[in-house]
Amino acid sequence: MAEGKEALFSKQNKALLSDPLNDNNPISVQVLGICSALAITVQLKPAVVMSLAVLFVVIASNVIVSLIRNLIPGRIRIIVQLLIVASLVILVDQVLKAYAYDVSKELSVFVGLIITNCIVMGRLEAFALANGPWKSFLDGVGNGAGYALILVLVAVFRELLGSGKLFGIEILGHKAKTIADSTGLYALGYENNGFMLLSPMALITVGIIIWVQRSKNRKLIEQH
Amino acid sequence: MEYINIFVKSIFIENMVFAYFLGMCSYLAVSKTVNTAVGLGAAVVFVLSITVPVNFLIDSYLLKPGALSWLGADYASIDLSFLSFIMFIAVIASMVQLVEMIVERFAPALYGALGIFLPLIAVNCAILGGSLFMQQKDFANVGESAVYGLGSGIGWLLAIVAIAAIREKIAYSHIPGPLKGLGITFIITGLMAIGFMSFSGIKL
Repeated sequence: MAEGKEALFSKQNKALLSDPLNDNNPISVQVLGICSALAITVQLKPAVVMSLAVLFVVIASNVIVSLIRNLIPGRIRIIVQLLIVASLVILVDQVLKAYAYDVSKELSVFVGLIITNCIVMGRLEAFALANGPWKSFLDGVGNGAGYALILVLVAVFRELLGSGKLFGIEILGHKAKTIADSTGLYALGYENNGFMLLSPMALITVGIIIWVQRSKNRKLIEQH
Repeated sequence: MEYINIFVKSIFIENMVFAYFLGMCSYLAVSKTVNTAVGLGAAVVFVLSITVPVNFLIDSYLLKPGALSWLGADYASIDLSFLSFIMFIAVIASMVQLVEMIVERFAPALYGALGIFLPLIAVNCAILGGSLFMQQKDFANVGESAVYGLGSGIGWLLAIVAIAAIREKIAYSHIPGPLKGLGITFIITGLMAIGFMSFSGIKL
């Protein structure tokens, strides 16, 4: 194989890792995987767990599919891919139920929805079917991290502005019943923006992130 | 009465797109013109109202804890619910294939209209989401789950047709460059979701 001679971290391979973080971000540029991304960003903790779960599934399915890519008949490849992804997701779901039951309750159906997460299927179709295992591994890491980046960013804004906490720790001070008893910002009369906790604000936050990203990176702007 | 309640609730209050963000990928990708949006929406309604009741039957007679008791008392303690993801996605993929073949055979005109969208639907999160929510909601009988599937499908159709109509109009508006296309669509969807929140008090 030709790629055997290529250095493990050649320029091309590094691009596989860094492109999905900005120029080719799965959420804000390719518009994949938004389905499960937004509903679980009210707090940072479920968002981080979800990112790790997706990262694992993307990497593992990418590597497995790229290892058996020459054995899969073209006509039934979608079903084969779905079954591989579904088995990996069952694995993740069982591990979460065993070791992080509270978070798994919070994520509810959204763990199962990783199966139809378009990032996973999209990377399998577009990359793993045509490239070797090591490149597919890097591609999985890159795309999983790109997804995690947006998810964590949205969750930070929503949890900080919505409930004044990060990971459940009070960042902006303690809010008591009266202003006199409160500490930090709340002592100045600051109020949490409860609207950030509702689902529409997730969409608007992503919209604003896309706006900021595209004003910095003007080649991403759509013409029509 | 229960049926009407589930129906209205699944269309307006628990709208797939605005409350749970399900099916967003195709919602954003296929909402550039109203015609294609109606086509994809109709296909989603069709597939959801078939797969949700089928998955309900599979869940209650094969997978749930104690679901196998119809085989005999020995099987009553078996819990296969960890297999539900793989069963549901297999049912959905094969139902989509089956529906595609039936429609092609008996309604060629409809096939021409839905054609390219049907295979896409197997990986639409709204379809799998419908079945997973059905599993959580513990419906009493297959009728309720069918009504839920139909209602969620219609809710999704409503959302994609509405955003497609708006996107056709804003094509001629002056939008800041970086917001064009995707960004403004996200923000409009957010505003529509705020509008849909006003339904949340309704109870029949």
